[in-house]
Amino acid sequence: MSRDNILHKVRTALGRSPSQAVAPPPPVRLRVPEVSMEDRIASMMSHLNELNGKTMRVPTMDAAREFAAGILAGKTALASNSPYLAECGISTLPGVATGITDLGELRQAAATVDIGITSADYALSDTGTLVMLSSPAEARLISLLPFHHLAIVPRERILTSLDELFTVLPHPAEQSSSMVLITGPSRTADIELVLVRGVHGPGFITVVIVG
Amino acid sequence: MSVEFDQKIHTTLEDANLQLAIYTATGRLKQKRVEAVAADSLPDYQELRTQANAIKKHAIENLDHYLEEFERNVEARGGKVIYCKDATEVSDFVLDLAKERGSKLIVKSKSMTTEEVDLNERLEHHGLESVETDLGEYILQLAHEKPYHIVAPALHKTRYDVAEIFTRELHVPNETEPEKITLTARAVLREKFLHADIGISGANFLVADSGAVTIIENEGNARLTTTAPKIHIAIAGIEKVIPRAQDLAVFLKLLARSATGQNLSVYASFLSGPRRPGEIDGPEEFYVVLLDNGRTKLLPDRSKRQSLYCIRCGACLNTCPVYRKIGGHSFPWVYSGPIGAIITPQFMGVSHEPGLPFASSLCGACGEVCPVKIDIPKVLLDLRSDVKKSEAREGLNRLELFAFRIFAWVMTHPQAYEIGGKIAASLAPSGEGKWISSVPAFMRIGPLKAWLSVRDLPPSPPKSFRELWRRR
Repeated sequence: MSRDNILHKVRTALGRSPSQAVAPPPPVRLRVPEVSMEDRIASMMSHLNELNGKTMRVPTMDAAREFAAGILAGKTALASNSPYLAECGISTLPGVATGITDLGELRQAAATVDIGITSADYALSDTGTLVMLSSPAEARLISLLPFHHLAIVPRERILTSLDELFTVLPHPAEQSSSMVLITGPSRTADIELVLVRGVHGPGFITVVIVG
Repeated sequence: MSVEFDQKIHTTLEDANLQLAIYTATGRLKQKRVEAVAADSLPDYQELRTQANAIKKHAIENLDHYLEEFERNVEARGGKVIYCKDATEVSDFVLDLAKERGSKLIVKSKSMTTEEVDLNERLEHHGLESVETDLGEYILQLAHEKPYHIVAPALHKTRYDVAEIFTRELHVPNETEPEKITLTARAVLREKFLHADIGISGANFLVADSGAVTIIENEGNARLTTTAPKIHIAIAGIEKVIPRAQDLAVFLKLLARSATGQNLSVYASFLSGPRRPGEIDGPEEFYVVLLDNGRTKLLPDRSKRQSLYCIRCGACLNTCPVYRKIGGHSFPWVYSGPIGAIITPQFMGVSHEPGLPFASSLCGACGEVCPVKIDIPKVLLDLRSDVKKSEAREGLNRLELFAFRIFAWVMTHPQAYEIGGKIAASLAPSGEGKWISSVPAFMRIGPLKAWLSVRDLPPSPPKSFRELWRRR
């Protein structure tokens, strides 16, 4: 096998021996600024808007449901199993499928609905980013296959930045097999650097901040 | 310089449309980077570069340790790590797995590492369908071409070129609007995603303390590649390993800004192993192929090994006055621009294309924009020295050696230098820039001809600097 051969070559080249101790790596560099919740919300919304994402701030979970109902308006949707969506009453809106735990059903539904509805584990205000950890409550495909992604996020989940995310969550792999950061709609500029949205993932992303 | 290299350069220089396309695209990417790393946008940019360099240096200097840590953590989460020494081992692994699982269709997300080993060609040779899903890479696969740029692979194709390729290969109506072309690609590739048995991705970072693969992208094709099929294979060079998940905060801030001027890419996926109990989707099998393919040859030299810090952002290409004229396909291998000029000779041997380290004005722009602070001009000089040493061993440059010995002798003997200067000044033709054009045509032969065709010297001053100094 090439494993031992490659590791041997590496060690010889670096003058190291097997299981030789390693000097400590450079100290971790994470800077978490103090930013008020109001400023975080404002920054989250303005960054997403710049990326052509839509944002809406609503005072209550009921208002979130009403807003979602307005977006749905006859379209079909698949909601994740997030308890927060159920609490808001969004999972039970007309036209919304939810509660799927079977992969085949999930693929079928996510590939055909107009809107995928999720919550998010965190949001990062200084880039307008959603952080999604895969779990029984949040499947990966719901924020990926439908052309429109609607995310409902309670305001207390809004962090400032990547630095704060990795401070709160130093080992994401312990939580989930997949953590995805989503910053705006799917896009490409591969033809003449012309920006086109919605190439493989959602072309529309709407983030509702509750509270 | 090989004849092929020379010819490709000239073909590119003579193509006015291509020149405009390269110049416009790199110019825009370059400007976006400048704005994204400006002090009002990223005040601690320089500190981040320093930290990124320190982390990469540490990881490379202890590479075996971090590879083993990465491997342990991948396997602890139910994944498998396969070390491959070259292209054949990579394709054999994929082919064997595909055969065992009865797989026919493979979707691929963008990966320079798989370009390096011609993976698609090898898989297709054995009857598998392997489809590129990044829009730029898909266009090039249909056109049977290699990427033109590390980040913007189809930078040299106009919308009309792409429309023609799509019509020819996919039998769709000729449509030149980028939005509509993109929608066609979305529809065609969506079917591939949903039916593929295996997804092959690259990796931007391998995170040792997590056993995780990190993939940066904008389109969502890498997410689909690593989520929809039952099997996910990530293929990465061994140099991609970094110690901690927390280090990603540094690299993610630098990578997208340097590549396209975005604060963050649209998607950053952090994937550790197959789907876990309870999770509804994600692959059932997770493999990471760690590829050497010449990388270990770069490790012994303490200066040149910094070439392995590269995070493939493409900033050095966009800023390079040489790349912006000669383009990506002039370069002899898949990696182009300044980074290509330093890694290609080290992976393939300096004699593969001896002209490569010389295809630079040493202006230093590449080193200045590098987010991990690779001193590219320094490595270019080291490689020039290697090329000359190798030529000297083979006795290829006797005349050049002789000329430089004379030069060195004159430069270290002030009297000889002064006499030589006087002789040259007395022979100098009068008038602006007439030195070279006054060289008789019969003397302009061989390499001298090429050299003389684009150079001249200013007229000699009435008094030399030494004379002025003595009279001071």
